Amino acid sequence: MTSADLQQYLDFAYIAAVVLFILSLKFLSSPARARWGVLAGEIGAALAVTATLLNPEVTEYKWILITLIVGAGVGIPLGLVHMTAVPQRTALSHAFGAMSAAIIGIAEYYAGTAPVTRFEMGEISLEVIIGSLTFTGSLIAAGKLQEFLPQRPIVYRGQNIVSLSVLAGALGLAVALVVHPTNAMLFPIMVFVALIFGVLLVTPIGGADMPTVISLLNSYAGFSAALLGFVLNSKVLVVAGALDGSSGFVLSVIMCKAMNRSFANVMFGAFGQVQASAAGAKEERVVRSASAEEAASILEAASSVVIVPGYGMAVAQAQHKVRELYDALTKKGIDVRFAIHPVAGRMPGHMNVLLAEADIPYDRLVEMDDINGDFPQTDVALIIGANDVTNPAARTDQSSPIFGMPILDVDKAHTVMVIKRSMNPGFAGIDNPLYYLNNTLMLFGDAKQFVGAIVRELGGGH
Amino acid sequence: MPADFISNLYVFILAGFVGFELIKRVSPLLHTPLMSLTNALDAIVVVAAIIIAGRHETRLTLILGAIAVAASFSNMVGGFLITDRMLRMFKSGRSKQS
Repeated sequence: MTSADLQQYLDFAYIAAVVLFILSLKFLSSPARARWGVLAGEIGAALAVTATLLNPEVTEYKWILITLIVGAGVGIPLGLVHMTAVPQRTALSHAFGAMSAAIIGIAEYYAGTAPVTRFEMGEISLEVIIGSLTFTGSLIAAGKLQEFLPQRPIVYRGQNIVSLSVLAGALGLAVALVVHPTNAMLFPIMVFVALIFGVLLVTPIGGADMPTVISLLNSYAGFSAALLGFVLNSKVLVVAGALDGSSGFVLSVIMCKAMNRSFANVMFGAFGQVQASAAGAKEERVVRSASAEEAASILEAASSVVIVPGYGMAVAQAQHKVRELYDALTKKGIDVRFAIHPVAGRMPGHMNVLLAEADIPYDRLVEMDDINGDFPQTDVALIIGANDVTNPAARTDQSSPIFGMPILDVDKAHTVMVIKRSMNPGFAGIDNPLYYLNNTLMLFGDAKQFVGAIVRELGGGH
Repeated sequence: MPADFISNLYVFILAGFVGFELIKRVSPLLHTPLMSLTNALDAIVVVAAIIIAGRHETRLTLILGAIAVAASFSNMVGGFLITDRMLRMFKSGRSKQS
């Protein structure tokens, strides 16, 4: 077999891989068949990797084998993390993906196999800039999610001007490289400036905006891989990158819509800073609270209950206690469902994964638009660790910073119960008028302990 | 403009549309596994890393390629693994009783 023949077979393997990748995403449209999607993706990836190892250009096997083993050694533990750590794991994998794309672009620049044209220089520069900023940006996001770094937005005066100047600097260096492709000094400076920009981009963004930021970083990581495909003329990278990039993009749009905000506002708005000061000036209002015993008897008398989980449930690790509550109520013939807001938690779909982990059937998890019409017929809405996504001010108060954001209409339920540590305003510092309504009962305490206490009262505890 | 660029642009635009249509159909229920799955698929940059490292042109490109192989392969292995773990957890009420 000549090497040209071999090359053809390898191309067919890549085409098969691309088809399997598309099928992989197609299978994901149905929860029942979704696991086939993983299998299709795995076969596609295995085909592509095997084909590449057979490529006659590859002569250095020792280091490839060692690094593949190292990669698997890092990847397997990262694939086995606890479900509550999935957001930071995802951010870390965006960082790895973007770093790989950036590093390969840098290596391609220094390999110098062909004289670099201006056009190629432009491609490489753009690819390396996006890869680098996504790398550091994702690291910062992972640090915030793991709470190595403060989740509050870190802001200072003139921040946006500084950040945008740094970005302009990186792009300016890229233009200079296109004009003078031989000026090797500019390239590492450009990489450095792009790395700095990634840090500046994500540092000011608060934890509550993480679902959008993770989605955006996902799409940047995808597009940097696609751009790398342009640089290396590799269609399999172009397709995989385009799929990943469009996925991240679609998710970002969904997240932005669910918060009624624009991309620009998420990236440069530093949510939660301005209004924190305004929240202090409110007069005392009456709040009704209840004990676990009272809460249990109200739940027992209900025929339909909707539980609204939020990031607080994840923090308190309360999902397994919530499952016990679900079991205890279901056993008594009460209809229990879960209302999932698109931005609940720290990444798209975060609540669904946590509740699925706790063994709650997925047909009990209902999206916001499907459940909102049912709240007026709901006896009890039980809110566990969610705040802003239930704030009725978003519907009525034009001065509220979240005005216009689609919310779960929990206030329309006959009784609203809110498990909350204290009356401190939530992450974004926005007061929630829900807590002062006549049909609202506050259940003060830790989510896990309080739910456990209710379960004991219901006689369903272990 | 090089001819390769144009053909890659075709592929990119078509794949982008396919991705857009497919992703729109994924239930919000599965958005987290979706993100980890596309992450694993995106780790196909490992093939480019293998080529760069495998050519062993200079010591620098070997080192850079090797780092990229390890980073992207860890994404591939970890991404598929965690996606499968998550999807296994999603059970419907009916399948649970049977």
